[in-house]
Amino acid sequence: MNHHFPTDERSGGFRILLKSRLHNTLSEIGKAWTLFFQTLVQIFRPPLQLELLTKQLLLVGFNSLSVVLVSGFFTGMVLGVQGYIQLKPFAVEGSVARFVCVSVVKELGPMITAFVLAGRIGASITAELSTMKVTEQIDALEVMGTNPVKYLVVPRFLACAIMLPTLTIFSTFAGIAGGFIAVVSLFDVNGHFFLLEVQRNLFVASVLVSLIKATSFGMAIAAVGCYKGFSISAAGGAEGVGTATTGSAVISLIAILVLDFVLNHILFNILGWV
Amino acid sequence: MIVVKDIWKTFGGKSVLNGLSLEIPRGETLVIMGRSGCGKSVLLKIITGLIAADAGEIWFDSTEISRLKAKELNAIRQKIGMLFQSAALFDSMTVAENIAFMLDQHTKLTQAEMRKVVDEKLSLVDLEGVQELRPAELSGGMRKRVGLARALAFNPEVILYDEPTTGLDPVTCNEINQLIRDLHEKLQVTSVVVTHDMHSAFSVATRMAMIHEGKQIAYGAPDEILNNDDPILQQFILFGAPDQILNMENPVLQEFIGRQDRGAHGELAL
Repeated sequence: MNHHFPTDERSGGFRILLKSRLHNTLSEIGKAWTLFFQTLVQIFRPPLQLELLTKQLLLVGFNSLSVVLVSGFFTGMVLGVQGYIQLKPFAVEGSVARFVCVSVVKELGPMITAFVLAGRIGASITAELSTMKVTEQIDALEVMGTNPVKYLVVPRFLACAIMLPTLTIFSTFAGIAGGFIAVVSLFDVNGHFFLLEVQRNLFVASVLVSLIKATSFGMAIAAVGCYKGFSISAAGGAEGVGTATTGSAVISLIAILVLDFVLNHILFNILGWV
Repeated sequence: MIVVKDIWKTFGGKSVLNGLSLEIPRGETLVIMGRSGCGKSVLLKIITGLIAADAGEIWFDSTEISRLKAKELNAIRQKIGMLFQSAALFDSMTVAENIAFMLDQHTKLTQAEMRKVVDEKLSLVDLEGVQELRPAELSGGMRKRVGLARALAFNPEVILYDEPTTGLDPVTCNEINQLIRDLHEKLQVTSVVVTHDMHSAFSVATRMAMIHEGKQIAYGAPDEILNNDDPILQQFILFGAPDQILNMENPVLQEFIGRQDRGAHGELAL
């Protein structure tokens, strides 16, 4: 059945809805930043919790290594093939190594690693923390005098901030190796020449950009994952856990893309890095 | 010991506690009764500092705790043990690790000393040989017992029980009630039990309070509660308490029973 509302009433309702959505979004962003700053403060407060950190480092790093390597390798292969095909008409197919190297180091290495970890680790952090929230385990921690941010968020945050750049190094090497194998085996490109070109185009500044991006992505993934896990209400139940987990993966991916643009703008446009 | 003074709490425009005041004397087992959603569990969360009241004061001995900083509040929390409705055991840890958690976080005890405390607390709740099990491997009753052992690990002065018998079979409920009584006698702790299970309430209470619409409407020893003439309280007791403890001489109760009988004959439904 169709309802016909007067235009004023409809636009008024829309305005109220928009206002409420905007209010909720701003409030969520504010709370997420609060958790982020609380985490930064707690990082520098003793104790160090090395045992918890080691556990998270293994979980984030070691368990994600194979999938990061495979993703990086195939991304490099695709870049190699596409690069060669696109450059050949201009008779500059010799630059394919440069194309693969610069793309993988500055952009795709950190990006692919971050995407893999957002889906794999960010979502799992949210699922774990939101389940703990629903089953009152986070309340139990607090009642026992343990700060949940220090105990749960800090090790996950540090693990992501440390392991994302580490995994990015692996993914970057895998990407260059993938590009090398694809180009050398499928096209008439000399392997030695490819490696020389990579060496010539691999700058310290580029590696630094890659690591800065990866660390920022890692912090964003952990911050979003933990915030979404903590933000669920205790009455949310299994449905709430599912919604929070999906939301975490989606927001992390968007945050990575936005952050990538901001960092590109700051590092290359404002600071003028190569 | 704990004094709750004029506590107000609203969630999303819905008023839950409306100026609630309550005294929890040292060494007593106070049962807080009330219908679902009347603010009983919220009160426990306010006492433990998990949520902040909109207004009012919570006194723990001579300290007003509702506005304490985290560090000072944590010092008070170490004197309080809490058994959560769902037991809230840490899934990723064994039973022993759950019980030793607070000791591990706040003391410098060795592993052997902690193991000794774990064994001692488990025997207090009549559980043995479960140290290495995970919470998922325990039954509902066992989880509550482990939750209780964890609450006792730091030798608290106060134990808060949030719906300790909810979701348990009658035999296990009875065992948990017995356990609460035993712990009260053995350890001389102050206990606060939040429940709407009247069997459990009259089984463990040395004092009782009834909350309705966010306010205390009755307070006293179990006998005084049975003789109280508040109709809301009597209705609650009539539908929940075991028949043998009901005070049939209470006129308010008689009126309810009369109305119920007439309702059964189709004249007046409650």
